Amino acid sequence: MEKKLKVAALKDGTVIDHIPSGKLFKVVQILHLDTCINQITLANNLDSKKIGKKGLVKIADRALAENETNKLALICPNAKINIIRNFDVVEKRPLILPDEIREVVQCPNPVCITNHQPVITRFFVLKDNDQTRLKCRYCEREVKVEEVKIK
Amino acid sequence: MSNKSLVSIADYSKQEILAILESAADFELTPNRKTLDGKVIATLFFEPSTRTRLSFETAVIRLGGSIIGFSDAATSSSSKGETLNDTIHMVSCYADAIVMRHPLEGAARYAAEVSPVPIINAGDGANQHPSQTLLDLYSIFKTQGTLENLNLCLVGDLKYGRTVHSLLMAMSHFNPSFRFIAPEELKMPEEYKVFCRKKGIKFSETSELNENFDDADILYMTRVQKERFLDLMEYERVKNVYTLKNEMLANSKTNLRILHPLPRVNEIDPDVDSNEKAYYFQQAQNGLYVRQAILSKVFR
Ligand SMILES: [Zn+2]
Repeated sequence: MEKKLKVAALKDGTVIDHIPSGKLFKVVQILHLDTCINQITLANNLDSKKIGKKGLVKIADRALAENETNKLALICPNAKINIIRNFDVVEKRPLILPDEIREVVQCPNPVCITNHQPVITRFFVLKDNDQTRLKCRYCEREVKVEEVKIK
Repeated sequence: MSNKSLVSIADYSKQEILAILESAADFELTPNRKTLDGKVIATLFFEPSTRTRLSFETAVIRLGGSIIGFSDAATSSSSKGETLNDTIHMVSCYADAIVMRHPLEGAARYAAEVSPVPIINAGDGANQHPSQTLLDLYSIFKTQGTLENLNLCLVGDLKYGRTVHSLLMAMSHFNPSFRFIAPEELKMPEEYKVFCRKKGIKFSETSELNENFDDADILYMTRVQKERFLDLMEYERVKNVYTLKNEMLANSKTNLRILHPLPRVNEIDPDVDSNEKAYYFQQAQNGLYVRQAILSKVFR
């Protein structure tokens, strides 16, 4: 009961839970919440049994597009997406990266064609021993997730 | 994308690689066969590479095709700001296939996606140069009689050298073992070692060139470029250590052959040239037959 009082209830929309505290404002940035006109609730440094301190975002009347969940999967792969309808969680969506992501990240290779011509970026997602790496479809460079700029 | 394009050596299966080598051997026997009769091939060189361009153009002419194109970006419409997409579409109105060299990495993959006609990658920056890889394979096949179970020493710039990376990937079909010989700064990148481990390919590493190839079948030399070094003192040291001299070949196997993608600077002392194990000039000539095979495959 006490938990629920800390953040206002959401009738319809999306809740992003279990965001590591240090990543909350990154999430705000990549979802462009600064210019979003919907009702938004942000919370940070909430106690979490799983990760110590967590952040939380509630966005009213908005579903996340696939490229948005892909961005989240890169930044905070262990966050949880809850879809709310009429105050009920109707769907819990885990953040799983598809085998290929389009238009989500920028190639860090300065001489990659995608940084010089109007080319939609495409990266293969390589999941290897818990570490996710991305491989540019064009210049074929393999990069760590931390090395790419999320668009 | 036209599935006849050749962008990266990884686009070819083991069977396709072997078929190209077989076809190249046929062209070596009879170089003038009109498999491109009536075809127009565009050679678009957005950066100059006389060696590669002449090899492709000779291949087209020997196959009975005609050539249009440009040999450096200054004379093309891209210098007026035309996008690659537009250049490719314009050229594909006239040409049946496009041979393209471009300074940007990934340019060939992108061109192959937007092009209505097949694209043959003649080098995209430091990324891929599949006809070079295929001519390396053909040279190995010709001199060793097989590609299977060979011992290859890769020497020099193994960090940035695209030819050695592509060669490593292509040879992985044939149960090779590798010895990587490179200065500390230019070691084989981790991702290729991971690749070898995954495929169960044996390899060892050293930074000393001298007599580390006595059990090798192929000694693949690459250029060590000055601009790769932060410390110029280190470059001067490495440059002298990584020069292959004739006397170093005294204990090498009789079937050993020395390859180099050329042009060389001082990685191979001229006194090696007269050794029968020196194969780099024939290797360059093999490029013609391999490119004839690649071009013919496009129209088969
Ligand atoms: Zn790239």
